[in-house]
Amino acid sequence: MNIVVCVKQTPDTAATVTVEDGRISWGDAPLVLNPWDEFAVEQALLTKEAYGGKVTALTMGPEGPNEALKMALAMGADEAVLISDPALEEADTLIASRVLAKGIEKLAPVDLVFFGRSSVDSESGVLGSQVARRLGWPTLSLVAAINTLDPEGGSIEVERMLEEGRQVVRSKLPAVVSVVKEINEPRYPSFMGIRRAARVEIPLWTLADLGLEAVGSPAVAWPEIFAPPKVETSCEFIEGDSPREIAKKLAERLIEEKVI
Amino acid sequence: MDFSLSPEHEMVQKMVRDFARQEVAPIIKEWDRKQEMAPFILPRMAELGILGVCIPVRYGGQGMDYISLGLVCEELEAVDTTLRVVMSVHMGLCSMGILQWGTEEQKQKFLVPLARGEKYGAFGLTEPGAGSDVAAIASTARREGDEYVLNGEKMWISLATKAHTVLWVARTNPEAPDPHDGLSAFILETDRPGVTSGDIHGKLGVRAGSTGWIHCQDVRIPAENRLGEEGEGFKIAMSCLDNGRYTVAAGATGLIRACLEASVAYANERKAFGRPISRHQLVQQKIAYMTQWYETSRLLYLRAGWLKNQGKRNTRETSLAKWFATDMSFQAASEAVQIHGAYGYSDEYDVERYLRNARGAMIYEGTSEIQQLIQAGYALGLRKDATLRKELPAYDPEAWQAEA
Ligand SMILES: Cc1cc2nc3c(=O)[nH]c(=O)nc-3n(C[C@H](O)[C@H](O)[C@H](O)COP(=O)(O)OP(=O)(O)OC[C@H]3O[C@@H](n4cnc5c(N)ncnc54)[C@H](O)[C@@H]3O)c2cc1C
Ligand SMILES: Cc1cc2nc3c(=O)[nH]c(=O)nc-3n(C[C@H](O)[C@H](O)[C@H](O)COP(=O)(O)OP(=O)(O)OC[C@H]3O[C@@H](n4cnc5c(N)ncnc54)[C@H](O)[C@@H]3O)c2cc1C
Repeated sequence: MNIVVCVKQTPDTAATVTVEDGRISWGDAPLVLNPWDEFAVEQALLTKEAYGGKVTALTMGPEGPNEALKMALAMGADEAVLISDPALEEADTLIASRVLAKGIEKLAPVDLVFFGRSSVDSESGVLGSQVARRLGWPTLSLVAAINTLDPEGGSIEVERMLEEGRQVVRSKLPAVVSVVKEINEPRYPSFMGIRRAARVEIPLWTLADLGLEAVGSPAVAWPEIFAPPKVETSCEFIEGDSPREIAKKLAERLIEEKVI
Repeated sequence: MDFSLSPEHEMVQKMVRDFARQEVAPIIKEWDRKQEMAPFILPRMAELGILGVCIPVRYGGQGMDYISLGLVCEELEAVDTTLRVVMSVHMGLCSMGILQWGTEEQKQKFLVPLARGEKYGAFGLTEPGAGSDVAAIASTARREGDEYVLNGEKMWISLATKAHTVLWVARTNPEAPDPHDGLSAFILETDRPGVTSGDIHGKLGVRAGSTGWIHCQDVRIPAENRLGEEGEGFKIAMSCLDNGRYTVAAGATGLIRACLEASVAYANERKAFGRPISRHQLVQQKIAYMTQWYETSRLLYLRAGWLKNQGKRNTRETSLAKWFATDMSFQAASEAVQIHGAYGYSDEYDVERYLRNARGAMIYEGTSEIQQLIQAGYALGLRKDATLRKELPAYDPEAWQAEA
């Protein structure tokens, strides 16, 4: 199977996010593979281990060393491709999906594309579905299990994890699958993988390489960004002569604070 | 001069950090209280390749360099000392000893399964009556035809009840004019008849690890199990300590970092006299010292690792790193407990465990006093490194990563 896993480099979630001059700042947080994408990479590798084939990690990101691709390679991906172009600096998901879909087409024939459910920095959660739409393939989102996969027959059956319960969905291949963390337990990179990842030359594709002349300007703008108001907590002891009196005072306080 | 870690080093660091934080940190207190090693630790470290990190691929290892070994130890001990102790004895003292001194046959037979993590290694030097004074070793190895017969007891041996392969130092020549020259080193398999072992309980620290005794009663081993020449045992043991001490130094550095991180977090949370205690200058002083100890220890062990990579003798530098980092890790842990006030005195927080764990490293692999004698010996010109018959091979990425 020819498998592509789309990954993104994000700041470590342990970092503190602040807003500076209307822009989000992660300080000097180290960059990592988007934690949700670890599950996507793992699933791509498990699929390859079960059915044979090849895993290519694909990202759109800034030029230079890319932690997401390095991590995917260290975990065991066979190849990695970085799509980077100065024109993509302000890209929104509409643009990103167009670019990634072109990248996937360039890797044709692809059987299966994996995404994580969302990225921890921008949290849109729609990119997988947008890419599927651009490719004209089925989209299977919030996937918590792959029940069957039949590369020859060209079909896949998955369980989607919804708030109401699990939903079993069958579709044709090729398809785009975005996974949730319940699907597997991501492996750590191996030492051999780390060495390969540190040395391998990662090809860089520009818009021109993808046959795209211009991508247009983003449809989405972020006119204002502000940090959520600080939550102040305080502790208050309610005292009284009897449990009944304490309970009464507590109830009054709660009503007064509009909690109940 | 280049102080930066390579991307490879950074990935190794992150991988081991993630393992220790995700899999060991949540359960370590429980096993520390039980005074037992969590059963999954050794197999998991084996599976991840950690037990063979700096051994060449053709001997079953992962082919990384000696700096990687140090970084692994720093990350492991930042979570629990017992994890790093595994690396000290299995890797530093046992596997690297065989890598340095072993014949090709010995490497194939003993090093390969150790590096793959199919077997665990230990180091048997200390005896009930001989610790710092290695020349006082009383256990014996008597040659009988193609075999040696081992008798004697080793005490305070890390992984005593877990190890399959022990680098064992015994007296082969009771008549040697200098008792140091009467010692020889052996590779002892613990499944041989006559080998018994047990763990010691009631230790101050490293309670989630195995430390015990190994007894040999008329244990017969083939002569091929002798490491190096007869009479070379003391030199071999000392060169093993050059590697073991390196892992201890790197680990202690990780422990200082853990103390620093815990202290910074707590000092920013805890309020006294109307402000976070981190705003009181005497608390700041402790944080400042911990930073100094951490950074200095780190530079010292990385220099030792660099020397190892270059294939340069590093007895002096490694001993200095070990002495400084272990003494300072105990001090850092003590200050961390102080910053935590009464909470630091209970096992609700990790710092009391750090304090107990740090104490041992000032004793094993050469006490702080022994390291001081070494340093003074070099400075006063009383001590010089004699060339060894076999030196630890310099790190050569190509040779390390070749398949066969
Ligand atoms: C947790 C733990 C794990 C261990 N693991 C191992 C292991 O895996 N393998 C192994 O072989 N051993 C191991 N040891 C043993 C350790 O290496 C010895 O305890 C150490 O070498 C000190 O020896 P000793 O305990 O006999 O103390 P002693 O040698 O009796 O020393 C007692 C005191 O006298 C001081 N002293 C001794 N000689 C001098 C001198 N010339 N000048 C000044 N002061 C001196 C020492 O510094 C020390 O303070 C371990 C010990 C511990 C605590
Ligand atoms: C075994 C044990 C028995 C105890 N028994 C009793 C008892 O019987 N009765 C009782 O009332 N209490 C008892 N205590 C509590 C003890 O007195 C307190 O732990 C102690 O006063 C410190 O308070 P704290 O733990 O809240 O630390 P904190 O006051 O929170 O101090 C935390 C750290 O900040 C430092 N710090 C705080 N303020 C400043 C400042 N202005 N400048 C510089 N540094 C500062 C402290 O020195 C410390 O290092 C006991 C504690 C223990 C461990």
